[in-house]
Amino acid sequence: MPLTNITGITRSEGDPRVEHKGPSSLSGADRLARALGWFSVGLGIAELVAPGRLARTLGLEDKEGLIRAYGARELASAVPTLSIDKPVGLAARIAGDALDLGTLATGLHRDNPKWRNAAIATALVAGITLLDIAALKGVKAAHRREPGGGRDYSDRSGLPKGREASRGLARKDFDIPPDYRAEGSVADAVPLLPSQA
Amino acid sequence: MKALVWHGKEDIRYDTVSDPAIEHPRDAIIKVTSCAICGSDLHLFHNLVPAMLPGDIMGHETMGEVVEVGSAAGGTLKKGDRVVIPFTIQCGECDQCRRGNFSVCERTNRKKELGDKAFGHATAGLFGYTHLTGGYPGGQAEYLRVPFADTTHIKVPDGIDDEKLLFLSDILPTGWQAAVQADIQPGDTVAIWGCGPVGQMAIRAAILLGAEQVVAIDRLPERLSMAAAAGAITIDFEQESVVERLNELTDGKGPEKCIDAVGTESHVHFAQPDTVLDRAKQMLMAENDRPHVLREMIYVCRPGGVISIIGVYLGLVDKIPMGQAMNKGLTFRMAQAHVPRWTGDLLRRIEDGQIDPSFVITHKVDLSKGPEMYATFRDKADGCVKVMLQP
Repeated sequence: MPLTNITGITRSEGDPRVEHKGPSSLSGADRLARALGWFSVGLGIAELVAPGRLARTLGLEDKEGLIRAYGARELASAVPTLSIDKPVGLAARIAGDALDLGTLATGLHRDNPKWRNAAIATALVAGITLLDIAALKGVKAAHRREPGGGRDYSDRSGLPKGREASRGLARKDFDIPPDYRAEGSVADAVPLLPSQA
Repeated sequence: MKALVWHGKEDIRYDTVSDPAIEHPRDAIIKVTSCAICGSDLHLFHNLVPAMLPGDIMGHETMGEVVEVGSAAGGTLKKGDRVVIPFTIQCGECDQCRRGNFSVCERTNRKKELGDKAFGHATAGLFGYTHLTGGYPGGQAEYLRVPFADTTHIKVPDGIDDEKLLFLSDILPTGWQAAVQADIQPGDTVAIWGCGPVGQMAIRAAILLGAEQVVAIDRLPERLSMAAAAGAITIDFEQESVVERLNELTDGKGPEKCIDAVGTESHVHFAQPDTVLDRAKQMLMAENDRPHVLREMIYVCRPGGVISIIGVYLGLVDKIPMGQAMNKGLTFRMAQAHVPRWTGDLLRRIEDGQIDPSFVITHKVDLSKGPEMYATFRDKADGCVKVMLQP
C-alpha cells in the first residue's frame, strides 16, 4: 500500500492520467507471495489477539501461549514476504508451516473432542504450505540471476583513444573548479617548521 | 500515449496515458526518441521513497525532438531541435542556478512545501522522481512536457547516435561530478565502490582526470570486466577483503580519494553483518538507507582524504563512524549532479572521441518491454548493466 494514501500527496492538474493499464513487472509468483504475506498479517493478528478462542476451537487449550508466540512469528515472516526479499519471508513461512503442522498433529487423536476441527486446520495448513512452496520456487525462478550471465565486457573501454592515452587527457583543458578543490594549495601557505627553516 | 507507470512496489506497467500539453509559456513538449532506466529508478521500484502516487510516470534519462514550444521558450528552442533533457529542472535565474548548483534550484520544485518539510529546504524539481521533487511526470514515455524548457535542455547535433548522447541527461555528468567532487589529482589512488552505470562513468572520469590508480569494487564479474576494460584495478568484495587490498595497493596508507557510487541499497550478505542489520531495519522502516559502503570508505580512506558521495541516499542512516571521519580530517563532498554545469564540456569530449558513453548499454529494447526490463535490471540478470528504451 503506498504510504501516499495517508500523506495526502496529490497529483498536479494537467499531468497525464492513466487511461488504460498495461502489463506489469510483477510476476504471478510475486503476486502469490504478496497474498501470502497479507495472509500472514491476518493470521498473525488473530493468533496474537484471540489465542484462547483458537486454542479452544482446535481442542488445544494447553497451547494458548504457544499460539500467541506463533502469531508473533507470522507477523515477523510477513515483513520480508511483503518486502523485495520475498524468498527469505517465504522460507520463514514454510518453516513456520512445519511448526504449525507439528502442533496441530498433537490434536489429531480421538480423545480430543475437537479433533475434526484440528483435522480441517491441518488440511488448510498443508494446502497453504504447498502454496508457500510454489511461491518460493516461482519467485526464485522469476528473479534468478545466472552467474555472470555468461557476459564478458572486457572489450568495452568507452575510451576510444585507448586506456593509457586517455589518462589525464582532460587535464589539458579542464581544471577542477575552485568550489570543488579539497586540497587546494594549502601546503604552500603552511609556515615552515623550525627544523626546516 | 504509452508510458511506464508506477503502480506500487515492484509494479511498473506499460500503460496508455493522456498526452501532455503545454501548461506554461516556458514549457516545451518533446517526442522521446530514447530513454533509459537509471539505478536510482530502482529505489522507486522498491518503494523506498514514500512519496510516489500510483499513476506517476517514471524516468529521468530522456532525449528526443522538440515538437511544441511555449511562447516564452521560443528564444532558445524551436520545433525540430534535437535535445537531451537533464534530470534536474532548472530556472537558470535563482541564486543557486547562478552559482551552478542546478540540482538545488530554488524555483523549479512545484511542491516546495513538501520538499521543505522533507529536506529542510526544497531541492530542484526532477523528472519522474517522487513528489518530494515536484512530482513531475517522467520521460519513460512517448512524449514529455519539459517545464522551464528554455533552460532545461541540452541541444545536441545531428550525426551522433542517441546511444552516445542520451547519458548526458544523467549518468555521464553524474559520474564526472563524482570525480570532480573528489578533486582528483595526478598521482592519486581513487577507489570507486559500485560498478553500475554511474560507477562505470566515474571510473572513466577518474582516468581522464589523471588518477594514477583507479580501483573498482563490486561483486559481479561482468561489471568488473567492464571496469577493467577502462584500466581499473578490480576488487571482488565477495572474494577478498576490500580494506586489506586497498591498503596493499597504497603502501598501507589507504586511497586518497573514495567515491561512493552505490548509495542507499548496498548489497546484503552475511559476511558483512552490518548489511543484514541495515536491511532488517529498512524493512521495519527504522532506517532509510543501507550505508555499508559509507562506513567502509570512512574506515579505509587516507587521513586528509576526500569522500565523494554520488550514489543516492534517501533519508536516515545509522552507525556512521563520525569519530573516524573527524579524527582523520576527511572532506565530504556530495550532491545530485548539477547536470548543465558539465554537459557542454562533456558533449565536446564525446564529439572529440575522448569518451563514448554507449559502452555501458547492455540491453536496447522497445519501451513496451520496460516492465520486464525493470525486473531484469534489478535482478542483474542476463548480464544487465544499462537498459536503453526506445518508444
